[in-house]
Amino acid sequence: MNFAVLQFPGSNCDQDAVHVLRNVLGQSARLVWHKESSLGDADAVIVPGGFSYGDYLRTGAIARFSPVMQALRQFADNGGLVLGICNGFQILCEAHLLPGALVRNKSLQFRCENVFLKSPSTNSPFTNKIPAGKLLRVPIAHGEGSYFADAETLAQLQSNQQVLWQYADAGGALIEGANPNGSQLNIAGVCNAKRNVAGLMPHPERASEPLLGSADGQLIFESMMSWLETREKSKAA
Amino acid sequence: MKAKIIITPKKAVVDPQGKTVQGALEHMGYTGVAAVHVGKYIEIDLAPGTDQAAAQKAIDDACHKFLSNPIIEDYRLEIE
Repeated sequence: MNFAVLQFPGSNCDQDAVHVLRNVLGQSARLVWHKESSLGDADAVIVPGGFSYGDYLRTGAIARFSPVMQALRQFADNGGLVLGICNGFQILCEAHLLPGALVRNKSLQFRCENVFLKSPSTNSPFTNKIPAGKLLRVPIAHGEGSYFADAETLAQLQSNQQVLWQYADAGGALIEGANPNGSQLNIAGVCNAKRNVAGLMPHPERASEPLLGSADGQLIFESMMSWLETREKSKAA
Repeated sequence: MKAKIIITPKKAVVDPQGKTVQGALEHMGYTGVAAVHVGKYIEIDLAPGTDQAAAQKAIDDACHKFLSNPIIEDYRLEIE
């Protein structure tokens, strides 16, 4: 599969994403500078983590207006797979490609630690390879990752099974103590109603090799690959 | 002419910064503080000869689309 990894001024997880896709998962991955107006022949797009535009104004607020975002919107409207990680999630929310917003952590601290993620819905291009009940061990590293949406949006997210990842304790319980940032409903990541755009604050690309302590992050990328393969097969048939 | 924009977190959004500042004020002995909200202030210098009504409309649009995020923030715009 061809992955495109966007690069904004201040992105800093772009190379990690490319490394995992190319060297760990054997996919084709190329960096796309934010001033480009085309995504080429990408099958999927990763909007990586970092501090685009220095987080000025609000996280993701300025990156949202980069030229490449128009191409990304079109790609998403046409059903293309888009995954935003950390700052990428913030950018996708600012661009209204995902519902809600990410605000300052309740603790006011920048939290950099491993968390456990529960995947309440495996019915998505981003979670289909995650075994039922499996908790993902992945790191977070953010100061503004507290997920906020109004009550109506939260109800929609739940009834449409758009909550893809939630912070849990080691036993899978969604308790306050396992919530590192004060996110509503312990939400770590969501997808859009069409289920082709998703974002999460934790970093699967930093936990995709056993050497790094966890390879659980691979399951998210493998889900995307598997979904794309199935789509290609059904197109060919 | 200047456009002055005050952006504050919406009431429904938890404002840990405001709460922390409130706690510090109380700790310092300032009494009667019911709530603190920490927001942003943006000042835009307008070019000489700018039409005020047109500027009001354009900047209000920019506040809505870009300078604030209506999901989590309210804004107040004044041009003077």
